[in-house]
Amino acid sequence: MSAAVDEHDHHDDHHDHGPEKGLLRWIITTNHKDIGTLYLLFALTMFFVGGSMAMVIRAELFEPGLQFVDPAFFNSMTTMHALVMVFGAVMPAFVGLANWQIPLMIGAADMALPRMNNMSFWMLVAGVLLLASTLFMEGGAPNGGWTLYPPLVLQPITVGKALPFAVFSVHLLGISSIMGAINIIATIFNMRAPAMKLMDMPLFVWTWLITAFLLIAVMPVFAGAVTMLLTDKFFHTSFFNAAGGGDPVLYEHIFWFFGHPEVYIMILPTFGVASTIIPVFARKPLFGYASMVWATASIAFLSFIVWAHHMFTVGMPIAGELYFMYATMLIAVPTGVKVFNWTATMWKGAMTFETPMLFSIAFVVLFTMGGFTGLMMAIAPADFQYHDTYFIVAHFHYTLVPASVFILMAAGYFWLPKWTGHMYNEKIGQLHFWLSTISVNILFFPQHFLGLAGMPRRIPDYAVQFADWNMISSVGGFIFGASQLLFLYIVIDTIRGGTGEKVSDEVWEDAAKHGLEWTLPSPTPYHTWTTPPTSVPTEHVLDSH
Amino acid sequence: MTDSTSKKNLKLARTLLVVAVTMFGFGYALVPIYDVLCEWKWIQRDRPDDIKKVPETAYTVDVNREITVEFLTVLNESTPMTFRAETKQLKVHPGQYYSVNFYAENKTNKEMKARAIASFSPALISQYFEKIECFCFSEQTFKAKEAKTMPMRFVINPEIPEQYKTITLSYTFFDNTERSVNN
Repeated sequence: MSAAVDEHDHHDDHHDHGPEKGLLRWIITTNHKDIGTLYLLFALTMFFVGGSMAMVIRAELFEPGLQFVDPAFFNSMTTMHALVMVFGAVMPAFVGLANWQIPLMIGAADMALPRMNNMSFWMLVAGVLLLASTLFMEGGAPNGGWTLYPPLVLQPITVGKALPFAVFSVHLLGISSIMGAINIIATIFNMRAPAMKLMDMPLFVWTWLITAFLLIAVMPVFAGAVTMLLTDKFFHTSFFNAAGGGDPVLYEHIFWFFGHPEVYIMILPTFGVASTIIPVFARKPLFGYASMVWATASIAFLSFIVWAHHMFTVGMPIAGELYFMYATMLIAVPTGVKVFNWTATMWKGAMTFETPMLFSIAFVVLFTMGGFTGLMMAIAPADFQYHDTYFIVAHFHYTLVPASVFILMAAGYFWLPKWTGHMYNEKIGQLHFWLSTISVNILFFPQHFLGLAGMPRRIPDYAVQFADWNMISSVGGFIFGASQLLFLYIVIDTIRGGTGEKVSDEVWEDAAKHGLEWTLPSPTPYHTWTTPPTSVPTEHVLDSH
Repeated sequence: MTDSTSKKNLKLARTLLVVAVTMFGFGYALVPIYDVLCEWKWIQRDRPDDIKKVPETAYTVDVNREITVEFLTVLNESTPMTFRAETKQLKVHPGQYYSVNFYAENKTNKEMKARAIASFSPALISQYFEKIECFCFSEQTFKAKEAKTMPMRFVINPEIPEQYKTITLSYTFFDNTERSVNN
């Protein structure tokens, strides 16, 4: 702490445990709530950056032919949109939620390693800035797709000067998430209130614990894969170079060994938040708590042994195709358990439909649709038709946008009143929900048809028979993009006072039965649980009658 | 935070860091693991390493079957060569030996080392396509402006399943000059 800040603190002694004053607070903070806020605001910013890139893509695809951007820049946009949304928006948003919520939910005073926590955040910022800097380089940003497949990504026409920057950016982002994951595991294992057993933990904490292990296991593998790309390009190794005895298909295997757990890294905390919100508004305990925990763990385990379903078309032997097909279908079992449990939680509940609940219900319905298209593509022979078409684009956007992103919005509406002590504007919240839900379907549903009809992904121009559905999809995209400005408005408005209504400690009716955080005052004080709670809510452990 | 919790946290963090570093190593270990799995034909069949020199065996020629073999040649954007198959297409009987020629020329004024890599379509037939002699077995050295006609002698193993009527064999010449100098 600097001398200047010390002096400041002496003026009002009763605030000596409060935050630092001024901008420095946000740079040097080790407080889990401050870091959580930083992560969330950074993710929100990146959501709009990545979203703008999506708008460029949809504008170009509004009509056949080349209208606004040249093909190389278009491909940069698809590549950067994915990288920014995955590593800059969705993952950091969940880390932000973890920072805010895990200590509150398990009765811990802070994260286990607060200084490392600060460092993970600033390394994330450095990584994303490094990635963004490639946009302004000679030859443009990486444009070989976010998967960075060789040999394409290593060819001069695709990389320009950007490749080493993209690779180092991935290293920084990887180190940042690994540090975040280590911190989360240490917090959950060592900082829990003594009264809270592992099987008392809220589902959000459970899902993050499992996600953190996934991160530690696979982020280093990705770092290794991109390092191999780098040495192949600049140091004449031949990991993926056929001329030197390497094999580009090897990269696909290594990448997807990381890539498949990575998609669960983005969805498991989503499941956790949904399992937290739905019981509150259904006014019932979560149905099948233990099965939820086991389903999460099974999904995490299965994620390591199904990677090659991303590459059915590379020429695998039949035995390989069959194994990866059946293993992939197995994932539908624990996922089905989860969807069943959410539905059963709502069954005969005294439901109310505030914005967080609306987003959660939309998540259950639309995520399930994304899951079904996933099952279609798990069928290896059928996948040959869907592979690299808009069908896969529609599939993973259904599992990411109306699932992960919707649940992040739901989490915002659900916990912002707790964090700020202000109520958001419910009317605008509901407007945001309906606009988003309708437009997200106009945006992505037609892409199924485009894919089945054979429109390839990652192309700036297309044959005229795809024109109508692309135009409809683009219109949906523009409405969806514009609707998110409402969310931005609501977040800023709520932080600055919202409706002016004073929220209670519980915020939502009987919420204190469902989680420790609702027993704290609203707004949440800067320091909480300096003495751990002596009892914890265990309603979720009870089965519903 | 009490001292003992703090110690526990650091200990756990260190353990997890070791896991992360090990997983980085595991990423590299996947390279030899992949080679082994390919050898066992579990996940990939048409690796360049599979295409090896085979000793000439006398097969019974199956005159009743005729398979079309197409020869393609590919040069990537910056490879300064001319490369073509002198025979574009050949109808063959399984079990009978054939020789075809490929023509390649170095268009630069410098010595050049290049390596040809084969790719089959359908991928899974590579095991039935046996080469007795091929320019693809080793790296080729071209003097400045040198042109070569290079032979390839092959046979299709008569055990090839019935359903294969057409085989496409594609060669890509990679410029290895820079790589060879540096190694």
